[in-house]
Amino acid sequence: MDFVFLYETFITLISAIPMTLQLAATSVALGTVLALGLALCRVSGIAPLNWLARAYIFIFRGTPLLVQIFLIYYGLSQFRGVRRSMFWFILRDPYWCAIIALMLCTAAYSAEIIRGGLLSVPHGQVEAGRACGMSRFLVFRRIVIPLAIRQSLPAYSNEIISMVKATSLASIITIMEITGVAAKLISETYRAIEVFIVAGAIYLAINFLLTRIVVLIEYRLSPHLRQAPALQPVAAGEMR
Amino acid sequence: MTAMTPITTTPAIEVRGLRKSFGPIEVLKGIDLTAHEGEVISILGSSGSGKSTMLRCINMLETPDAGDISVAGEKIGLKRDAKGHGQVVDRKQVQRIRSELGMVFQSFNLWSHKTVIENIIEAPIHVQKRPKAEAIAEAEALLEKVGIADKRNHYPAHLSGGQQQRAAIARALAMRPKVMLFDEPTSALDPELVGEVLRVMRSLADEGRTMLVVTHEMAFARDVSSRVIFLHQGAIEEQGSPGEMFTNAQSERFRKFISA
Repeated sequence: MDFVFLYETFITLISAIPMTLQLAATSVALGTVLALGLALCRVSGIAPLNWLARAYIFIFRGTPLLVQIFLIYYGLSQFRGVRRSMFWFILRDPYWCAIIALMLCTAAYSAEIIRGGLLSVPHGQVEAGRACGMSRFLVFRRIVIPLAIRQSLPAYSNEIISMVKATSLASIITIMEITGVAAKLISETYRAIEVFIVAGAIYLAINFLLTRIVVLIEYRLSPHLRQAPALQPVAAGEMR
Repeated sequence: MTAMTPITTTPAIEVRGLRKSFGPIEVLKGIDLTAHEGEVISILGSSGSGKSTMLRCINMLETPDAGDISVAGEKIGLKRDAKGHGQVVDRKQVQRIRSELGMVFQSFNLWSHKTVIENIIEAPIHVQKRPKAEAIAEAEALLEKVGIADKRNHYPAHLSGGQQQRAAIARALAMRPKVMLFDEPTSALDPELVGEVLRVMRSLADEGRTMLVVTHEMAFARDVSSRVIFLHQGAIEEQGSPGEMFTNAQSERFRKFISA
């Protein structure tokens, strides 16, 4: 094992971590907003909105992310109308094309996660809100969303992890995130195993930290699902 | 507590010709009911008689298909949609009226992600826009009153059913309601926990609160209420003072119902 080379590779790849995190964070953040909109369309009870959201989810969940990236980056630029539109300054930029593709894709998956969370909120909790004069929006903001988030978090952490890994696809459209830098390094050194092992280890470390953070958030958000600390100290001791 | 009801004042709740169907089944077939201030009305009836639906129509958790409902003299605006179902005209009006009616559910329906005190101050702060300090002070007094002041910071899941229902009563009281609506408040409780909830309800009746109570608790209906209404298949079969009803009811069905 050439530890010096591994160390040098590690140092080189570290410089690409911010790009990976940026891609993941931006697309997850934007994707969540879009997903919430899609999930609301799905549960709205308004048929056209429901079908629109279903069609969207069907298409973006059913096609490979790589194909979506290609279509957005290479495909859209084929149209003169796109090149002349006000969006061209975004769509000519591989960075934004990658973020758009990742965002559109994660939104399709997250929409179903959020929908599951929304449907998990017991009707009685909503009714109690309505019964004391809350508006629909207030019930949604104060009761439904907090409960739905707690319910969705475990599945959502899966989606975030998927997105961190999916950013590696952005390397194909010239973006120098971890995988992009690794590929470039290999083309210079021909040492595929070492470089990809280091790259893989970095993804692993990022996702390890992410899952810890989500677990922490989950813990902070669900004191009501844990045993009351002061209530049954004896019973808790007996259970061990 | 007075059995005699003043006729001159505006009734706290007035229901006229209330009808409600679920699909092909007509659950309420024209109900008339007047609740004056200070009255405690027990609504009895076997399951499926429409008593819960009637209560839920008063605060529009179910929208009536026909009939009028007035709370403290204010009529709730209703219209019919294309399919003949009732619809609320002004959502804001309904929200305001709901905030004046305290509702207690069979299954408590405390918000599971909020502590007891958070449950109680939620609507006073966010619906009635009262100052937080004031809402907390009042919530603590209410918790004292229903006897669970020590459970202030517990989550609903950490309380017994009786404690949860008492917290739910405190939550409803925190809105300073004109009328309290109880929808089978003890039906989901273990027998040994029923008493503590009934004691709280009795103390509210003693304060002279206007209460509509859908219940199966015959002792409560007999001893605490000022009027008993017996529902059968969506219509009022008989009503009267508990004294008359429990000793000298005209309805054969009611006599059977209470002896069962």
